[in-house]
Amino acid sequence: MVQKIGSQYKEILNQYMQRQSEQNLYVGQNFSRQLISENTAPEDVISMHKAAMQELYEEMPETVWHSFDFLIEMMINYGLALQERQSLLQRQEELRMEMDLAANVQETLLKTKMPALEGLDIGLLSVPLRKMNGDYIYFISDDNGHAGIAVADVIGKGLPAALCMSMVKFGMDSLNDSLAFPREVLSTINRIVEKSVDDFMFVSMFYGRYEAETSILTYGSAGHEPAVLYRAEAGEFEELTVKGLLLGVSTMATYEEKEVKLEKNDMVIMMTDGVTEGRTAEGFIGREVINELILRKKDESAQVIVQYVYDELVRMQNAELSDDFTLVIYKKV
Amino acid sequence: MNIQVDLQESDKVLKGHISGEIDAHTAPVLREKLEPYQNIESLNAELNLSEVNYMDSTGLGVFVAFYKSVNSQGGHLKLSGLSARLKRLFDITGLGDIMDIESAGKGGN
Repeated sequence: MVQKIGSQYKEILNQYMQRQSEQNLYVGQNFSRQLISENTAPEDVISMHKAAMQELYEEMPETVWHSFDFLIEMMINYGLALQERQSLLQRQEELRMEMDLAANVQETLLKTKMPALEGLDIGLLSVPLRKMNGDYIYFISDDNGHAGIAVADVIGKGLPAALCMSMVKFGMDSLNDSLAFPREVLSTINRIVEKSVDDFMFVSMFYGRYEAETSILTYGSAGHEPAVLYRAEAGEFEELTVKGLLLGVSTMATYEEKEVKLEKNDMVIMMTDGVTEGRTAEGFIGREVINELILRKKDESAQVIVQYVYDELVRMQNAELSDDFTLVIYKKV
Repeated sequence: MNIQVDLQESDKVLKGHISGEIDAHTAPVLREKLEPYQNIESLNAELNLSEVNYMDSTGLGVFVAFYKSVNSQGGHLKLSGLSARLKRLFDITGLGDIMDIESAGKGGN
């Protein structure tokens, strides 16, 4: 095999030495591709060149042959670098496959069921920036018209954020109470997160408890982007601000809660900072822009509205979002 | 995407000036620069952020981690010169209530 390649090389070299045409050069280029695909080390190529030259031009001075030996020595480290590159490529491919698997597991793990509530239309969209999503929506509901929603965002992106999110899910699962109030839910999850994460990792979370019978939403926030209330009658937006520290900073944190009664066509817009932190060439995309987008579609279903807001924001930022994007709308019908 | 971090420490007093953008790309730079000071006992640190024109939640994470380690060593961290946008970020996250922060122009934006 080696011998065959060697004689092929000698032939190509000989052709070129006789006539330095484009055609001969092209044959050489193709041959080098073949050598690369067979993982031939650079020093072996030079050895082959030396051997071919010795056969073709015996009369060359000794110094030329010595120079080839020296060059072969010089190239050995290049060969090692090449090997390293190949094993890195292989490793990268393995990692990519592992990430794909992890993303699938995450999707299954964090799956949540949207509740069906009398008089409430829900729209939601959560799009990860990379494979793994650092945003999370969790629903819990019962048959008596109670539903809780948690909208959470891990500071940080990718794999670490996704792992941290599983912890929030298990916290919520172990609470397993659709009647629980935000204060209680946020305190519980805070204790879990505080115990388990690094100093620079935090979770922000909005929690809303809805009662279909009274149309009352009780809400609390752990350092999360405030939800927005749209009052249909007045045609106005207001931020639902409520005090509360990020989860995972201090076990001493306490959480305030407030409530709001929804009237027909009112909307509560819950989101992560991937929605509000958008930037275009001209500057930041403000809340007013988002409100304006919502107004344009206010008579549509909640799902149509969230999709429209997403599509428009993607368009404004030339399809380059810089964070995970999560938007949920509750619309009283 | 750029950040500039100037830090000067003498006799347990750290004065810092940060300018540029603090996001997922630059936050690791900031974290690395702050790291040597986080275990100094009773450190009195003041970081001026008046020339930070953008910061996202990753940047916030760096400051909170630094705040926690300085605090646990009996020290104090103050962040000054916060723009209205940065101030809002600290307020929303509830960090404004536990950390010592000061807006740029008091009484105006």
